[in-house]
Amino acid sequence: MAEKVLMKGNEAIAEAAIRAGCMHYFGYPITPQTEIAAYMAKRMPKIGGVFLQAESEVSAINMVYGVAAAGFRVMTSSSSPGVSLKQEGISYIAGADLPALIVNVQRGGPGLGGIQPSQSDYFQATKGGGHGDYRLIVLAPASVQEMADLTVKAFDLADKYRVPAMLLADGTMGQMMEPVELPEPQNSNVEKPWAVRGTNNQRKHNVVNSLYLKPEILEQTNFERFERYKKIEENECIYEEFMMDDAEYCVVAFGIAARISKNAVIEARKQGIKVGLIRPITLWPFPKAPLAKAAKQVKGFVSVELSMGQMIEDVKLAVNCSKPVNLCNRVGGMIPSPEQVLESIKNLVKEAE
Amino acid sequence: MTTQILIAGFGGQGVLFAGKCLAYEGLFEEKQVSWLPSYGPEMRGGTASCGVILSDEPVGSPIVSNPDILLAMNLPSFDKYESQIVKGGKAIVDSTLIERKAERSDIDAFYIPATKMAAEAGVPTLANMIMLGKMIKESGVVSIDNAVEAMKKVVSAKRADLLEANVKALMAGYNY
Repeated sequence: MAEKVLMKGNEAIAEAAIRAGCMHYFGYPITPQTEIAAYMAKRMPKIGGVFLQAESEVSAINMVYGVAAAGFRVMTSSSSPGVSLKQEGISYIAGADLPALIVNVQRGGPGLGGIQPSQSDYFQATKGGGHGDYRLIVLAPASVQEMADLTVKAFDLADKYRVPAMLLADGTMGQMMEPVELPEPQNSNVEKPWAVRGTNNQRKHNVVNSLYLKPEILEQTNFERFERYKKIEENECIYEEFMMDDAEYCVVAFGIAARISKNAVIEARKQGIKVGLIRPITLWPFPKAPLAKAAKQVKGFVSVELSMGQMIEDVKLAVNCSKPVNLCNRVGGMIPSPEQVLESIKNLVKEAE
Repeated sequence: MTTQILIAGFGGQGVLFAGKCLAYEGLFEEKQVSWLPSYGPEMRGGTASCGVILSDEPVGSPIVSNPDILLAMNLPSFDKYESQIVKGGKAIVDSTLIERKAERSDIDAFYIPATKMAAEAGVPTLANMIMLGKMIKESGVVSIDNAVEAMKKVVSAKRADLLEANVKALMAGYNY
């Protein structure tokens, strides 16, 4: 086993990306994710990689588009307002069927908002934040270890399906330090016959593009892309179940909200309430099946979020509104306490009786 | 067993670094640890704090809102966080910068003139390590031997010349 080191979540993302073979980083600084860019600025020149601070987020995402088209592992990172700026480019990357990693270490919004942690970009991340029909593979880490592991996973999945992936973290995950066992360095050796990196006059040239003026063809590319999305939904959904075996109530939460909810679940169990936790690790694809299964077992759900209630819509869809789904939340950079979550669990119990 | 520690003071006093040392000490003892800083627009002279959790179980929420131990390195921090310490908890107070005593009688407060001691020892930036040493003495949350070993990991090779001073300050606090 490799030695565990203490690292900030942001640094763990950067180091894991390099170890996953990402040699190109483009970004623009914004709190609370600037450590990613700082780490890349320090490391990339030493290993022959590229760190480039672009003049804006729009510029950075288009540089990502370019490197992705050439078939190399590439990433950008930002926080909420900066990720909004990137949306046009993300839509183009999705429309051109290119793999890339976009990291969003969320802060409170809307607008410039604040710099404290938030999860209020859930809709933007999971429903296609830019224009057109498309999806991102969205991974939501809940520890510094997962910041590293899911970064590698995101690159692998993006390459496998030719779909851009997003790591959706938040300010606490980015700023906190925890022991982390860094992944072994790997060479990404996924064949990319579509990449535009010169033909040597040996083959017909490749075209990377998201413009299709013939609607019949554009429709076909959409159909084909959604076939891949279907495979992703079937094969790549990840979630964690905690104390769900005999649970009569279920908390649903991801990222930092799941960490806080775990404390509340443990305390509720001590007080004799049979409650468990389902933590989506992929937000898209969303773990619909385990929630549907849980709906047959439990009397109700609490969705714990750092938003005005975004994931709760997916929870309600997954359980077909067959059981009550309550919201427990704080917003604007405020974070719910374990006591607040416990109170919500108790309210749910009262309502169910 | 889970211990939640909050270290708070002015930016520039080494509050975050003291927390990092403590987290490494916990890691050295194979405890589960987390370290979460306050982050904001503060610069040197503003307020800074970090929460460290040392536990035998995986750490759930990394947010320390009710610390078992508070290290208060300035008066605003002591004023703000004294009321949040758990009943029966401990406060380590830098008595050079905080003239008042604890208002609560249900906590154990320990006073140490860390800033003055650091200045007299010619290491004015190491009051944080003196506070940490005192905290280890009064709480036993990690062993002092391991703390010294962990310090060797935290102080980077580039700054090896600072290691000795840091360890000396830690021991000065421990033996006060």
